[in-house]
Amino acid sequence: MGWIGDTVDSVKSIQIRQLLTQAVSLGMIVTSALIIWKGLMCITGSESPVVVVLSGSMEPGFKRGDILFLHMSKDPIRAGEIVVFNIDGREIPIVHRVIKVHERKDTGEVDVLTKGDNNYGDDRLLYAQGQLYLQRNHIMGRAVGFLPYVGWVTIIMTEKPIIKYILIGALGLLVITSKD
Amino acid sequence: MHSFGYRLNGLLTFSLTILAIMCAITSLSDNLNTPSPSAEIQIMNINWFQKQPQGNDEVSLTMNISADLQSLFTWNTKQLFIFVAAEYETPKNSLNQVSLWDAIIPAKEHAKFWIHTSNKYRFVDQGNNLRGKEFNLTLHWHVMPKTGKMFADKIVLTGYSFPEEYR
Repeated sequence: MGWIGDTVDSVKSIQIRQLLTQAVSLGMIVTSALIIWKGLMCITGSESPVVVVLSGSMEPGFKRGDILFLHMSKDPIRAGEIVVFNIDGREIPIVHRVIKVHERKDTGEVDVLTKGDNNYGDDRLLYAQGQLYLQRNHIMGRAVGFLPYVGWVTIIMTEKPIIKYILIGALGLLVITSKD
Repeated sequence: MHSFGYRLNGLLTFSLTILAIMCAITSLSDNLNTPSPSAEIQIMNINWFQKQPQGNDEVSLTMNISADLQSLFTWNTKQLFIFVAAEYETPKNSLNQVSLWDAIIPAKEHAKFWIHTSNKYRFVDQGNNLRGKEFNLTLHWHVMPKTGKMFADKIVLTGYSFPEEYR
């Protein structure tokens, strides 16, 4: 009972100014992270400048858990490039290599066929019903660089969301209870 | 200022920063390498050359591919992905690239090789424009590093052409 009284006292003794300062610094951290992310989106020209490799279809080059840096320039798409694309109706982006390119003379538009290095057949099975090729608007970016293993953090947080909640809860607690 | 939490935080931040810098320097060291690769592709035989029911031309050929790509490997190279593509122009398309064969070279020792193979992937045109057409065969390589920036380049070999008639 005395313990509850102590807690109520300490809640009452939190000064408004201190609380507001902490809230503002938390807000600053979150917004600067957002600024960096949006800035990266602008610089690389891609909706999602960093992706995590989720499947083993590009092994042994890219393993599950690697992260890829993407860049989308106006340069035409050519065979051999590793592209990240979305299929209509599916939300998970796929990272595969371009094996066939047909570029139209009149419009400059391009039909592209992709295949994962570790897959036996091309990606026609993955495309939407009746779709034979990808077009430029399906492609989110070209992979230009990569870092191994760093993406496992994201995979663990997506597949076991409880860890995400624990982490955010612990961080929140740390911010509130810290003296500055 | 000296609690376990602060020390752990400082240590983690520092080590992550150092790791990131090391990865960046490793990637930059790849630029010091000056590669001098060479390759040769011979078409031994056109096995068959038909028009499919849907109207697209298809050809099957056997090639002799020999290359020396050892100079492309650095200490930061995980593997080399190489592929041979046929490039040609058609009335409707300014560029067509069709990958015929690819391979992964995991180590420098395997980078000097000679292979006699038929095309791994079907050579199907978008249309029926291949009769008598000239095309180039390009050997592309993609250097996949252990960490950092990926490089790609190619060698273009010209002078190949399809037969005038289906067979």
